[in-house]
Amino acid sequence: MTMQIAHSGPLISSDARARAREALTRDNLRTEPKAVRIAIITIAITFLTVFVVLPLVVVFTHAFSKGIAAYLAALAEPEALAAIKLTLLVAAISVGLNLVFGLVAAWAIAKFDFPGKTFLITLIDLPFSVSPVISGLVFVLLFGAQGYFGGWLRDHDIQILFAVPGIALATTFVTFPFVARALIPLMQEQGTQEEEAAISLGASGLQTFFRVTLPNIKWGVLYGVLLCNARAMGEFGAVSVVSGHIRGETNTMPLLVEILYNEYQFIAAFAIASLLAMLALITLIAKTVLERHLDEGEDASDH
Amino acid sequence: MTIEVRNLVKTFGSFKALDGVDLKVESGELVALLGPSGSGKTTLLRIVAGLDWPDSGEVLINGEDALAQGARERHVGFVFQHYALFRHMTVFENVAFGLRVQPRAVRKDEAAIRARVKELLDLVQLDWLADRYPSQLSGGQRQRIALARALAIEPRILLLDEPFGALDAKVRKELRKWLRSLHHEINVTSIFVTHDQEEALEVANRVVVMDKGRIEQIGSPGDVYESPASAFVHGFIGESIELPVQVEGGVIKLGDRPLRLAADGLAPGASKLFVRRHDMLVGPPGSGAFEGAVQHVRNFGPVQRAEVALSGGETIEIDTPRDKELHAGDSIGLEPRRYRIFAGT
Repeated sequence: MTMQIAHSGPLISSDARARAREALTRDNLRTEPKAVRIAIITIAITFLTVFVVLPLVVVFTHAFSKGIAAYLAALAEPEALAAIKLTLLVAAISVGLNLVFGLVAAWAIAKFDFPGKTFLITLIDLPFSVSPVISGLVFVLLFGAQGYFGGWLRDHDIQILFAVPGIALATTFVTFPFVARALIPLMQEQGTQEEEAAISLGASGLQTFFRVTLPNIKWGVLYGVLLCNARAMGEFGAVSVVSGHIRGETNTMPLLVEILYNEYQFIAAFAIASLLAMLALITLIAKTVLERHLDEGEDASDH
Repeated sequence: MTIEVRNLVKTFGSFKALDGVDLKVESGELVALLGPSGSGKTTLLRIVAGLDWPDSGEVLINGEDALAQGARERHVGFVFQHYALFRHMTVFENVAFGLRVQPRAVRKDEAAIRARVKELLDLVQLDWLADRYPSQLSGGQRQRIALARALAIEPRILLLDEPFGALDAKVRKELRKWLRSLHHEINVTSIFVTHDQEEALEVANRVVVMDKGRIEQIGSPGDVYESPASAFVHGFIGESIELPVQVEGGVIKLGDRPLRLAADGLAPGASKLFVRRHDMLVGPPGSGAFEGAVQHVRNFGPVQRAEVALSGGETIEIDTPRDKELHAGDSIGLEPRRYRIFAGT
């Protein structure tokens, strides 16, 4: 009995040591050496800090460099208020339009087969692949005084360029892909079976849309609207071309930031910039939440 | 309610999904459409439901032209292979859907809807799942809910597209029995699509065997198994031995070796000989139509399965009772108890 205990003691411990050694080598085989891991992580974090976190911090420090009172005063300027109002209005119009267009385009692509479908999918991405400045110029060519519709518009006293309609149009064009791109893969993956089931159960087209299709894609819609809104409020290039930079009238927030900065009104420039930065942060958080919902939806349909 | 289709044709591009299909289903029948994938059975079912439209032909439900109506007006219960339950609704709301979307004039009040849903959930024995979401159910439970949902609208006919196709073998077997007894209980004219012959033979009153957009045979499960009408049906249903033979001058030849089988009434030319595996009787060499050498024997279940190399050159598998044990290397004679010969290759 004693013999056995004396025997088994060292046996177990050598066994454990062997296992530990084995685990160690396996760990080394599976991943890179520790030094490499640390180096890679450090580079990634440094890069993010310098290029993402630092600029954000700078925006807010500059905005508040003369205290909160100066910050609030800068935002309360009539010009600033007008820019904020215009930005919200333009965002509301373009998000609204793109919500409808995006839904229709995604519906057409995901649920029907028709000639030219691939072409349409490619076309939807066009606003992403074209420089925003070109997008703005297109509208100048169409609606400007020398443009295709310029004469007709002038005769009927309709102002599109250098006014809200032009800015809204340019923004809508630039942000068109967001809703459609969020919905197409989602709707394609869901297929048409639930809609077919609804119709065979006696639902009308509208009932099917509001009771079956829309609830299934609601997180995708919100996701698209969120990104669309962020871009609509932040758009600079296209809007800059069509806006005409009329102070207090056609300056959106991004345009005003540039103007104020060029006029050495740093506090005011960074105060408005801080609003845009906050919008970005809120968008990021909302995006994370929505992505979680979208993943859950996918999991549910997997089973 | 009867269902009748006449000369139905449907093509997808250059692919002929249905190539002139005629079928009549009598009131209260439970009919199986059986065939390999691509045989057109699901297309036929979808056309009857109004989810697809034929290029030509007629569909009559209870004698009325169904093609004049959309899926919504046909009042047809449809059960999908992948359930197609509304993922964002509870089980209760899924079943209630068909009642809630009815026009206001005929819609039941909330209490009546609740009572009806409860009744249906009881019928499929899943009333305890009313508050769950489809993602929380097993496949078999989902399919039963899908069936309850389809029955909620009191459909004139019930169509099931591979209803058990996505389930595992054990659940399938249970649901088969359950579907048959449910049909017995509610007695609604039903068609179900399957590629599983066992399912078709076990559940249906009548089996419609389809291949390449055409109906090969319509008959009772016994008929299609015992007297297949074509080479395709014989090969598709039940386990068959299939041998290419030549009919020449009143003699049936396998390779260049004449078989001791009567060739009365057979057209000369290349043909196919079909024998069920268990219809090959084993005897001593020289005792039957075929001669062969046992290559390999596997024992399982009530039979032994032997691989036999025939002296005509083909190798076949036969099932024989285990009381006469075979061994690899044995020379044997084989006599088909029953066989059928179909002209063509």
